[in-house]
Amino acid sequence: MHEMSIAQGILDIVLKTAAEHNAVRISYIKLLIGQMTQIEPESLTFGFAALAANTIADGAKVDITIVPLVGECNGCGQQFTVERYSFLCPLCQSANVLVVSGRELAVDYLEVE
Amino acid sequence: MQIKVMTSILERNDQISAALQERFEKAGIFVLNLLGSPGCGKTSLLEKTIHALKDTLSIAVIEGDLFTAKDAERIEQHGVPVVQINTAGGCHLDANMIDGVLDCLDLDTLDVIVIENVGNLVCPAEFNIGEDCKVTVLSITEGDDKPLKYPLIFKQASAVILNKIDLLPYTNFDLKAAEKDITSIHPGITLLPVSCQTGTGLETWFNWLIEQVQIKKGKESK
Repeated sequence: MHEMSIAQGILDIVLKTAAEHNAVRISYIKLLIGQMTQIEPESLTFGFAALAANTIADGAKVDITIVPLVGECNGCGQQFTVERYSFLCPLCQSANVLVVSGRELAVDYLEVE
Repeated sequence: MQIKVMTSILERNDQISAALQERFEKAGIFVLNLLGSPGCGKTSLLEKTIHALKDTLSIAVIEGDLFTAKDAERIEQHGVPVVQINTAGGCHLDANMIDGVLDCLDLDTLDVIVIENVGNLVCPAEFNIGEDCKVTVLSITEGDDKPLKYPLIFKQASAVILNKIDLLPYTNFDLKAAEKDITSIHPGITLLPVSCQTGTGLETWFNWLIEQVQIKKGKESK
């Protein structure tokens, strides 16, 4: 259950960003969470709500977009959705595959007042 | 008003991890983050490793545990420096915790630091703690379905140690299937089947570790 540490990380980022823009309230937070991360979205939003109490992010809507796991073959250049965590190129079977997306754990944007 | 942020949530941890790496680099120390479930044999593997290599390499251990110092006490008996971190229920070590205990070790005298993470196949995979590489221990009694259930910890590891292979005849663990799953998650990964009980395969693991240390030392002297 490391969602609390992740939630704390999110809170630190959004409070810092809001302060830099002299915002008085954070109403919406967009998160990007890769498919290949160990995050349980419900635990994360629950943990965040608890931590955000009595801050300007209290009651902010946390919206999560799950980013699909996509690989790109360094051999033939094929891009593909990774199925069953197989990082072999489905076209040429090369093992030289780059993870293009799916490992994100990021605050995308905020809406503030 | 909308504000674009696009900041990694783990940015702070990754910054501290990078600073730790720099410190280890300067001191010429190879740092290993040892991962695996509770009971997979991380501490047993460490004991065997220290016993075999303590005259060849100067090793220190950082032990992560929820509440106890049981593992640190086991390691201490082998006569190497050991530091205990209690996470008080926290499921993983993070870079800041490692940073907080480094002053307990004399970095100038060490070749290797092994950080035994909290027993857990989930959370520790996300947190870099200044290591050169992660090694994941999977034991036969856990079942051959674990790589696909917890792929990240196998993707992030440079090597996987399949421990307790002496128990293969007594379980339905399909070694070929597990190896196939691990190598499809992480093509090119080093697979090391061992038994800490009988000693099978341990020599290959020791040699792998020595090689990693030599590669690191080689980099340092350049």
